[in-house]
Amino acid sequence: MIDMKRFMSGGMGIQPIWIFVIVITIFFSVMSDYFLSVGNLTNILVQTSTIGLIALGMTYVMINGNIDLSVGATLGLAASLSVGLQDYGLTVAVLVAIATGVALGALNGLLVWKTGVNAFIVTLGAMIGVRGLIFVYTEEQSFYASNFAFSDFGASSIGPIPVLAIIFLLCTLAMHLVLRRTGHGRNTFAVGGNPEAALDAGIRIGRNMMINFMIVGFFAALAGVLLATQMGAATPNLGRDYELWTITAVVLGGTKLTGGYGSITGTLGGVLAIGVLRNGMNMMQVPAFYVLVILGVILVTVLIIDQQISVKSSKGVQV
Amino acid sequence: MSTATVTHTAGASAHGEAPILSLVEITKKFPGVIALNKVSLDVRAGEVHALLGENGAGKSTLMKVLAGKHIPNGGQILLEGEEKVFENPKQAKQSGIVLIHQEQSLVPEMSVAENIYLGSLPKKWGNRVDWKTLHRDSTAILDRLKCSFSSKDLVSDLSIAKKQMVEIARALVFTPKIVVFDEPTASLTDHEKPVLYEIINTLRDQGVGIVYISHRMDEIFHLSQRISVLRDGEYNGTVNTADTNEDEVTKLMIGRSLELDHASKPKDFGENMLELRGLTVDGVFEDVSFSVRKGEIVGMYGLVGAGRSEVAETIFGLRKISSGEMLLDGKAEHIHSTHDAVAEGIALVPEDRKDQGLILGMNCRDNMTLAGLETVSSNGFMKPAAEKLVYDKYQQAMKIKTPSWRQKVGNLSGGNQQKIVIGKWLHTHPKLLILDEPTRGIDVGSKAEIHALIKDLAKTGYAVLVISSEMPEVLGVSNRIVAMYDGKVTAEFDGDEVSEDALVQAITGQYVTSGDASADRPVT
Repeated sequence: MIDMKRFMSGGMGIQPIWIFVIVITIFFSVMSDYFLSVGNLTNILVQTSTIGLIALGMTYVMINGNIDLSVGATLGLAASLSVGLQDYGLTVAVLVAIATGVALGALNGLLVWKTGVNAFIVTLGAMIGVRGLIFVYTEEQSFYASNFAFSDFGASSIGPIPVLAIIFLLCTLAMHLVLRRTGHGRNTFAVGGNPEAALDAGIRIGRNMMINFMIVGFFAALAGVLLATQMGAATPNLGRDYELWTITAVVLGGTKLTGGYGSITGTLGGVLAIGVLRNGMNMMQVPAFYVLVILGVILVTVLIIDQQISVKSSKGVQV
Repeated sequence: MSTATVTHTAGASAHGEAPILSLVEITKKFPGVIALNKVSLDVRAGEVHALLGENGAGKSTLMKVLAGKHIPNGGQILLEGEEKVFENPKQAKQSGIVLIHQEQSLVPEMSVAENIYLGSLPKKWGNRVDWKTLHRDSTAILDRLKCSFSSKDLVSDLSIAKKQMVEIARALVFTPKIVVFDEPTASLTDHEKPVLYEIINTLRDQGVGIVYISHRMDEIFHLSQRISVLRDGEYNGTVNTADTNEDEVTKLMIGRSLELDHASKPKDFGENMLELRGLTVDGVFEDVSFSVRKGEIVGMYGLVGAGRSEVAETIFGLRKISSGEMLLDGKAEHIHSTHDAVAEGIALVPEDRKDQGLILGMNCRDNMTLAGLETVSSNGFMKPAAEKLVYDKYQQAMKIKTPSWRQKVGNLSGGNQQKIVIGKWLHTHPKLLILDEPTRGIDVGSKAEIHALIKDLAKTGYAVLVISSEMPEVLGVSNRIVAMYDGKVTAEFDGDEVSEDALVQAITGQYVTSGDASADRPVT
């Protein structure tokens, strides 16, 4: 949190992931002539917005000390619903899709709260079950958008900037402010930092966790709808592995799996790091399989460096 | 540096031997703080050397330097006359310096023997564990410590006291030269302590140099041969235990003398703020009735396990009431959660600061405002300036020592942490303030400050319930004392007129109604 404050006030302690983002951006700018252009940079924002939106919610859940593995499946279900229900009108389709995401999040939160079963297990079950629901609903069919307004939206832009990128950036700003400036944000840190002390301070920790699961459910569904607008379609396997990419981005951004610590600015850095790496290596025509190998190595390396730094800084004043 | 008139090596002739360990002018700096300023300390073989000082005086830092956890910025460590430089705890351990921690570092799901020899298990051919040797050697160590449990018991099944014995047993594997005990009795009950004392004396008689850190004067005077005092990171003298008394030592520690003033208790109280009528939680406590009036401090005294903390938890909404009722400010209240309790104006300073009271990774300001976010936010958005005002107010009022509000609470000393917890609740302006063991593990200076604070709060109209296992504390602060034994209230006393004997009888279940003690009003 202290690092955050310094970062916000333009001080010395920039989050490590941002240094990494700057370094790789410079690297790819030198290596590829096409990388550093407005078109490509906004393209990166659009490409990362899907993982990015989910990562915003995931940051809250992980600061809470929980995790949500069902976001990829929720994304897939919301995408299918938003396309499949278009006969009832676009608004209805989108609203139902998003409400489904929120409801699934509420269900996850409720189970974690009331049963005390670890969020990893609860959402692992949800991940499998919700993927099953997609197949039940779609009967293994891909859906194609009948309403052209839907697919046009995904390709639209305001000035030079794509609408999807704008939505992602606005959501990031809002989530940052809520985490840093509101009581809900403060309680989210408190619950993850020490649930017992949070409870003793009169914080409704179950409610706090449930709201955060609903938030991540909302963002997973929103990401699903927006992804469907980009493709003009939804497939039953949409969103597979997305939970892993999301968690990767959040962890790269410095949020601790144990809870109590993390930031939206860090998560944005983590999301961009993945986006820039993928895009840049693509530009340099690195074969896709090698891209995965490199991403895996980089994830572990960055976390090792981060660990070293935080071990050093935790040896603070102890009188 | 030192104003004390005590000579530094007053007792050199008493044992007449060269020190086994000398710390010479150790200096340790942290960013912004000099934690130790040229501190020197001699420990002889075969003595118990008590190390005293207020929280934050530098005792723990000094011991961490000794154990290789901190690398000093200056000074020397001489072990048996030889200069040593410890770059990590392992080197210190190999040289024969062992630290018995406050926090325990055992593997709960392993046996006692495996824990004792963790990292150095005896092996047979093929790198298999030699269980026979392991249990034989472990049993030998446990016998030496006169432990009642077996080397095959699981550590998770042991009581805290027994776990501590395992921790000590582990130290004996290395035939230590110096053993440091850091607040070893903090989690022990009264009848477990003599066992520990015996172990310490046995080690001492075997020629081990023992450094003993504790806040409890009675223990220090019972065990130690010499006492050294640190104050604000500086060495403040050494005295022979036999030639001194508690007052003198306290003066050395805090530079003034302390007295519990029993006189200044007010007599007039307001209406009942809290009234319990036959409160029962099945299987935990039953038929508990008492009241706390505005401006009154009620002490709740009893042994660990008598049900005191549980009563407090029930008032605070953490346990479900089976029968009976609870009146707050004259109205029957149904409190189902801590959230309700806080909303109704009940505050609980819990027994265990670190586990229940604080978010250790959060900074001081955020911990302080945690229970009353509504008052420092509008429409859900925090007002940092208002938060800072709240923090400054209580930080100054309670003289909390910290470099900045940004400091993580985990880095503060126990006394300052407790003040943060109390500040957190004062900020909610509660009607009823419950303090569970408010001065456990806190040094005498901060203790007196907290006692004074509790009395001041009562004077301004707070109804205060203090739970404590320490008789001087209960007698010192309470207007009335409620004694509990085995889940029941056994007696209620006037705080000024109760005798210590009657109190002890009440909490051990031997209370007999006696007609002559008019102030003592038995309840059952």
